[in-house]
Amino acid sequence: MKKDVPHIGLFIPCYIDQFYPNVAIATLELLEKLGCKVTYPLGQTCCGQPMSNAGFEADSEGTTSKFISDFAKFDYIVAPSGSCVLHVKEHSPKVDKLKKNQEHVQSNIYELSEFITDVLKVDSIKGSFPHKIGFHASCHGLRGLRLASDSERNEPPFNKTLQLMKDLEGLEVVELTRKDECCGFGGTFAVSEEAISVQMGKDRIADHVDKGVEIIVGGDMSCIMHMQGIATRDKDNVQLMHFAEILNQVIS
Amino acid sequence: MSHPENATVFLKDKERAKWHDDTLWIVRQKRDVTIHQIPEWEKLRELASQIKDHTLSKLDFYLEELEKNATANGIKVHWAENAEEHNKIIGKILDEKNCKAIVKSKSILTEECHLNPFLEEKGIEVVDTDLGERIIQFLKQPPSHIVMPAIHLKKSDISDIFHEKLHTEKGNVDPVYLTHAARLHLREKFLQAKVAITGVNFAIAETGEFVVCTNEGNADMGVHLADTHIACMGIEKLIPRRKDLGVFLRLLARSATGQSITNYNSHFRSPSPGKELHLILVNNGRTKQLAREKFRNSLKCIRCGACMNTCPIYRRSGGFSYGSTVPGPIGSILSPGIDLKKYSTLPFASTLCGSCTDVCPVKINIHEQLYEWRQEITKAQGASLKGLSMKLANGIFKSPLAYKVSGKLMRASLKTLPDSIIYNPLNAWGKGRNLPNLPEESFKDWYKKNRNK
Repeated sequence: MKKDVPHIGLFIPCYIDQFYPNVAIATLELLEKLGCKVTYPLGQTCCGQPMSNAGFEADSEGTTSKFISDFAKFDYIVAPSGSCVLHVKEHSPKVDKLKKNQEHVQSNIYELSEFITDVLKVDSIKGSFPHKIGFHASCHGLRGLRLASDSERNEPPFNKTLQLMKDLEGLEVVELTRKDECCGFGGTFAVSEEAISVQMGKDRIADHVDKGVEIIVGGDMSCIMHMQGIATRDKDNVQLMHFAEILNQVIS
Repeated sequence: MSHPENATVFLKDKERAKWHDDTLWIVRQKRDVTIHQIPEWEKLRELASQIKDHTLSKLDFYLEELEKNATANGIKVHWAENAEEHNKIIGKILDEKNCKAIVKSKSILTEECHLNPFLEEKGIEVVDTDLGERIIQFLKQPPSHIVMPAIHLKKSDISDIFHEKLHTEKGNVDPVYLTHAARLHLREKFLQAKVAITGVNFAIAETGEFVVCTNEGNADMGVHLADTHIACMGIEKLIPRRKDLGVFLRLLARSATGQSITNYNSHFRSPSPGKELHLILVNNGRTKQLAREKFRNSLKCIRCGACMNTCPIYRRSGGFSYGSTVPGPIGSILSPGIDLKKYSTLPFASTLCGSCTDVCPVKINIHEQLYEWRQEITKAQGASLKGLSMKLANGIFKSPLAYKVSGKLMRASLKTLPDSIIYNPLNAWGKGRNLPNLPEESFKDWYKKNRNK
């Protein structure tokens, strides 16, 4: 059973739970449609990233222990966020008394598109999505989890998320001028360095809008929340979506 | 001032800030083009990283080997524990030569040691001969970038400065015209100077020689005309063998400017007959950094500046916003080791996007070290308002009930509060951004109704 129908613990980052339930629902339904057995542990809260990136990794041990206890019982842990997955994998503080469980969690946690391509071995999703999109790679997914090749390194090009979308009928993926520049969210950076954060977001959106993109598609709602906030304020004519919403929509 | 304050000021001049961002992005793009012409680029980076790691792990051994071999070549080797000693050594040599004017080619180390003010106080004229350095010297500014020190200035700014200092035509912004004026001006200085000071890009332990890389040939011009050459190097600028050099020369210029190689890579091995060659080995905090396990590999840096060109924060805040000798990502991991309190905002001047780490030709894990410095800084700061809120957050997140209640309260209050309160000037999020549209229920509530009956 484990190999064919893995039992997945669905990890929904706290701000997605509170602000973007539709993205969480899309993730759940998508995994179910792909034949997975998925459970959302109701006690889950947050991975602790906001604290750690602000310099308080040591203070996030309680949150980390809670996370491990919630998820250690699953074969895999899957989340629609590269950033939170990277945090659990690499930056959560070591909890000595939960060492074995922590190791299990850290080596079996996946970002959604990575899980679908690497574990479920799905090459691409079939369907139709006749839109002009731009892909915004979240930095933690890109350079942390290596979900795609980046523009800095000399490596063969790949992109796990776009690979899943490559066969969608009518889909046009626009080449950006700055293929993978950061949107400027950066957690507490968004408020502690407000001026640069907003400027980076504006620049990132402009790169898409200038090329006639209808929808900016991303894999991390934190980037999208930040850019959506700016796009709404500036009345930019562009939508923002998580790729899970698109994939779930096309295969239904 | 803190980095966020400086950055806010920098961004006020929107047009100039955009120009700065675009200009550095062009350098980054040039770098991208050239590294893709080298199929083994990633292998080269790995090799360079390993050579530097190895060298740092036996730094004492290689430094003594360098001293022995350089001395045998006729180079006078000096050791300086700190900036003060470094400046004193130079001061003493200049006194002995009764030298009142020197030419200097770009050296970030002499910047770090504040050599210019030290010498000027002694009545010695210091002329920086790198064009960019000379421009900012006219303005009495520090460099804003370690490779392109005057990158913050436009052609029109330089035209104005040269008009005032070198009496060029007012409003003539032709780069050829301006460079020609600088060349005539500098030639005079080169001819007068008895002592030339240079930095060092690489010192080779095996042969006791060192290498200086410039595009303008100004180091060579200064050194060949002067009777005495003083070269200053941080003790980390070392490589074991001459055959290692090729690895670094291939990486350096490509990473820095997108050139395949710097125009002049000059080797200095022994003084010409009748002349003197001095080499000053400077510590100034480097062994302290070497002792910090998490941060030691910052000493692998070959000062190419690629992390600055790629950094979305550097490009949008300028080199001066960092307030440190070395700005940008690499500066933000070097500077806290020098003065944790003074540079406490620098490791936070990053989204941890990791671009710096991936462009770094010697594979310094810059963004991970930024993260680690954040942990050190909050520990050193002790109890703070931010710390308290993070402890509170941990309390909420480790309890599902507290999380649920606070989430509900937040969603409810954000819905009912008027925009004027949510988007007040104290709310940094709302200054330039709207909040997300709030859903009726959380995912958790939905799941309970739809899956977990």
